[in-house]
Amino acid sequence: MASAPSKLYSDDVSLVVVLLDTNPFFWSSSSLSFSQFLTHLNQVVVIATGYNSCDYVYDSSSTGNQSVGNGRMPSLCATLLQNLEEFMNKDEQLGKQEPEGRIACSLLSGSLSMALCYIQRVFRSGLLHPQPRILCLQGSPDGPEQYVAIMNAIFSAQRSMVPIDSCYLGAQNSAFLQQASYITGGVHHKPQQLDGLFQYLLTIFGTDLHSRNFLQLPKPVGVDFRASCFCHKNTIDMGYICSVCLSIYCKHLKKCSTCGSVFGQAQTQSDEPSATNRKRKTTDA
Amino acid sequence: MTNSERKRLNGEAEEEEEDEDDNLNGGLEAWERSYADDRSWEALQEDESGFLRPIDNSAFYHAQYRRRLRDRSLVATTARIQKGLIRYLYIVIDLSRAAAEMDFRPSRMAVVAKQVEAFVREFFDQNPLSQIGLVTVKDGVANCLTDLGGSPESHIKALMGKLGCSGDSSLQNALDLVQGLLSQIPSYGHREVLILYSALSTCDPGDIMETIQKCKESKIRCSVIGLSAEMFICKHLCQDTGGSYSVALDESHFKELIMEHAPPPPAIAEFAIANLIKMGFPQRAGEGSISICSCHKEVKVGVGYTCPRCKARVCELPTDCRICGLQLVSSPHLARSYHHLFPIAPFDEVTPLCLNDPRNRSRSTCFGCQQSLLSSGNKPGLYVACPKCKKHFCLECDIYIHESLHNCPGCESLRHSNPIVANEG
Repeated sequence: MASAPSKLYSDDVSLVVVLLDTNPFFWSSSSLSFSQFLTHLNQVVVIATGYNSCDYVYDSSSTGNQSVGNGRMPSLCATLLQNLEEFMNKDEQLGKQEPEGRIACSLLSGSLSMALCYIQRVFRSGLLHPQPRILCLQGSPDGPEQYVAIMNAIFSAQRSMVPIDSCYLGAQNSAFLQQASYITGGVHHKPQQLDGLFQYLLTIFGTDLHSRNFLQLPKPVGVDFRASCFCHKNTIDMGYICSVCLSIYCKHLKKCSTCGSVFGQAQTQSDEPSATNRKRKTTDA
Repeated sequence: MTNSERKRLNGEAEEEEEDEDDNLNGGLEAWERSYADDRSWEALQEDESGFLRPIDNSAFYHAQYRRRLRDRSLVATTARIQKGLIRYLYIVIDLSRAAAEMDFRPSRMAVVAKQVEAFVREFFDQNPLSQIGLVTVKDGVANCLTDLGGSPESHIKALMGKLGCSGDSSLQNALDLVQGLLSQIPSYGHREVLILYSALSTCDPGDIMETIQKCKESKIRCSVIGLSAEMFICKHLCQDTGGSYSVALDESHFKELIMEHAPPPPAIAEFAIANLIKMGFPQRAGEGSISICSCHKEVKVGVGYTCPRCKARVCELPTDCRICGLQLVSSPHLARSYHHLFPIAPFDEVTPLCLNDPRNRSRSTCFGCQQSLLSSGNKPGLYVACPKCKKHFCLECDIYIHESLHNCPGCESLRHSNPIVANEG
């Protein structure tokens, strides 16, 4: 039997009417209890990526959250919203300075690292552990000072086989998130219409990893793996790499500005790449 | 008959039966034989109240890991902090008749082959810009199995095909061959040899001390892992060239020893000349574009990269372009090595204070995984703290952060105090 076709002249927004059987005679005699009917087996952990700090906001498997209050679904959302509000208040207290000019970045590397530590704990919990994946809902732009930390987190996720999905809501493109999803085998998408965000989340990011084999999810297009030179921050096709500290330059130099090695002679004394120079490492365009 | 007499009769009968059984089974019952190798009762110990419980392995692994970290950081502070990131490593595998010995199960050769395969993968994971070559020693002659290359699959395939053992082993021939091969590499690379030696003798055509002197002058760092016993000549070779010598006690120890050579060793600054290496950053070929790839000489659709200098198509990175010779990498490959240059400080162990103190209540969970830091019975267990951000972590997170993640979640979750950093440069 063919499925019903959609009418061409109706709006793109859908309406689903759910008819829920609440016949008490059936539920009292059924093996599945009504409160179980409304809960779910999947686990959700929410970590907030703030401006000054990151913290866990909600964990569906902790015992405090499993008691459903009056048996009503909204109690789960209420806990989440309450914790989120507490986190935002604490985050604001930690630092009052406003960045001048463009929108500042959030601490994505911190929350990625915390998520990976939690996932390692899940791996340790036994043979039949839930299949973990990470979803980043991000609107802030990339912060170049976080490049090394984010790449470390991406490689660690790739090794543990944890896909990183990313839904980018900001204006520009996020090169970090595109690379993260490409390297770990996740899905990256930038929704065109933010009004329909719930639908994007449900259809693209809500599916589990087994089902992704036979779903047509957005493919990675145009992931740019070129590097930027340290001197001008331009994206380059061909460059020169210092053999000691792997800094990238677009033209030939006599001395490396990051580690101080003189090129072409056997060095006797060279400084170590100092921690302040780390912040000059840049991202891809 | 009295009870004692009956018992005596029964006892004698039992003893006779036991004697017969013992003679047949060589002293072991049938059910005992299955436990001869697997002694699971040795993994139990008594705790303070007299109950049996399994030996607490997590604290043991953690102590082992902390010892490894301490040794590594000790070496790093005494030598130069620089690490040799671009390495050209030859692995010399001893295929003499001593490698067919069965003291490592199933045979020394099989264990070596399996661990070399795992080592090659781990090596390219940690050093994406480096190259490996394989050399075998058999019947007193050293042969080059694979040339220096950056693709793990080709080395592993070549190794698995040639695993026959015979004849004597020759240390001098192996070193001569490797020294000749390593003299052709660029001067900015670090030259290394890892010898996996099973034999207890070496059959050399000349003076091995001269060869060792030549290796020292060519600045080759030789390390040896022995599988049978310690030999003076190996120790002398390693001491002269600045490598490390160790002897494996069993299979898991051998795996540990060989994996220690995967991270870059502390580089001695005079050994490699710093230089600027010209590299290309190819872009992905457009979806649906059809061309002939230069590595397999086949028609490929879509996937692949284009060399920026000569526009030839290559299938995977990192590689050298076959047409123009340019080294092609992508920026994640360079990023894989950055954590060697910026390691995080080891965490300090924290003496368990009273965690029931209301001030410390927020600190009773690990910052990374939210696991409770109290062990059973509400007693504070063992945990560590980061020296910079002072957040607490459990032992497993400590190991994961230092071995795999290389980021401290606490330090990354704090906004840096100087905001000018983002606009610098």
